[in-house]
Amino acid sequence: MSTALQIKNVSHKFGEFKALKNVSIKIDSGDFTVLLGLNGAGKTTLYSLITRLYNNNSGSIKIHNFDVREKSSDALKNIGVVFQQPTLDLDLSVEENLHYHSSLHGLSFGDAKERIEEEIQRIDLIEKLKNKVRSLSGGQRRRVEIARSLLHKPKLLLLDEPTVGLDIGSRQMILKHVKSLCKRGDLAVLWATHLIDEIDKGEKVVIIHKGEIVESGDVIKIVKKTKQKNIRDAFNKLVGVKV
Amino acid sequence: MKPIIYLRCFKGIVLREALRFFHQKERFFSALVRPLVWLGIFAAGFRSVLGVAIIPPYETYIPYEVYIAPGLIAMIQLFNGMQSSLSMVYDREMGSMKTMLVSPIPRWFLLISKLLAGVFVSILQVYAFLIIASFWEIIPPIAGYFTILPALIFTGLMLGSLGMFLSSAIKQLENFAGVMNFVIFPMFFASSALYPLWKIEETSEWLYYVCFYNPFTYAVESIRFSLYSQFNFEYTAGIVIFTVIFLILSILGYDPARGSLQKKGGS
Repeated sequence: MSTALQIKNVSHKFGEFKALKNVSIKIDSGDFTVLLGLNGAGKTTLYSLITRLYNNNSGSIKIHNFDVREKSSDALKNIGVVFQQPTLDLDLSVEENLHYHSSLHGLSFGDAKERIEEEIQRIDLIEKLKNKVRSLSGGQRRRVEIARSLLHKPKLLLLDEPTVGLDIGSRQMILKHVKSLCKRGDLAVLWATHLIDEIDKGEKVVIIHKGEIVESGDVIKIVKKTKQKNIRDAFNKLVGVKV
Repeated sequence: MKPIIYLRCFKGIVLREALRFFHQKERFFSALVRPLVWLGIFAAGFRSVLGVAIIPPYETYIPYEVYIAPGLIAMIQLFNGMQSSLSMVYDREMGSMKTMLVSPIPRWFLLISKLLAGVFVSILQVYAFLIIASFWEIIPPIAGYFTILPALIFTGLMLGSLGMFLSSAIKQLENFAGVMNFVIFPMFFASSALYPLWKIEETSEWLYYVCFYNPFTYAVESIRFSLYSQFNFEYTAGIVIFTVIFLILSILGYDPARGSLQKKGGS
């Protein structure tokens, strides 16, 4: 099994504030890994470093063995991203938004059209293809963003709190959809969240707190190691949250 | 990376900008109303106050409306350049700029494509203005409608890259409003857009030098000469130099390893 993402000893600071401290993470192809942390734990900073929106001055970040600093183009080619904030153009149609993204990855019009149909069918929004994004619900917009992030067939999908602000039904639908994508085997997913109920037994979890990885591994292993009843209690114990 | 990949990316960015422009009809109208207010009201009031001597490229006495038309064309491009950089600050704050910046295509190419897309939109606005301006008897020689095009591309690039540089240096949308006031108005008024430089020199020598070295003066004069199918090397060279400087600054500004994004992004 190949390594989709390898982060080694990455630290990052904003002025004097240390946002990340010596972070190391490894994700294999086909893995669905949850990056769990409270708001302000450093999840978005880490995503900004992986996607090279910020420059990493320490450690290394490799995507399928391409270092994001030295081979940024090859590294970025393999990443699909769903940012925390909505990034669709509200005044353009779903189709126009998706074609725009395809062009940013150099896809031909024909290839893009084919892939757009494929992905939009997968998220069950084919009838909304010509609609303006403004007319879609929050959940539908998120699904379109996920479809968009997959158009260039990335090997690593990064999602930064993708279900924030959505109703339970939409949250479950999106979560189920992304988990099913991993089953294809060639796609690895890093799902950042602060919502513990999005984690299932048997999944891999990386717990981040105040910029540090405090624990990582299978849910069962973490629960056992912390001598707690479930992942919620384990998380609360690790980050010092008193219930 | 193959050239066709770059071409597809460029096409996509220009198409998006054009679609946004056509979807936002009010943006198009407000871009036209601004110079038309200057032309219809300001110029009408000032034509009796200001006398304009015969200066190149004009071969005869001209009405004041004809004199300020190139300045108003440059104003359209200035506002467009600032507006597209305003949208970059907005996009960056709102997140949609991120989708562009995480593309595998080199960032300098993405920024230049975005810049050219903005120039394309500003040229559409300028031609619409020229059609309406013909009702004020601002009718350059027919060839002028064609020879102005290269000048518009260069001046659009210069003003757009200035806006892009400003957008890279600005943290928040609120700060941008201040910069608009400190950049657009001083640039426009301290230039040859509303009055010829010799008139300013008669009043104040230091102000004359401010106007003379103002990049916007180069844009106005370059447009003025090209509208009458004349080429002025001095102004064109000035525009090229200013464009290169602003472009380098904005590309460095958007470079995660060096520019102001690095300062914002921490270390």
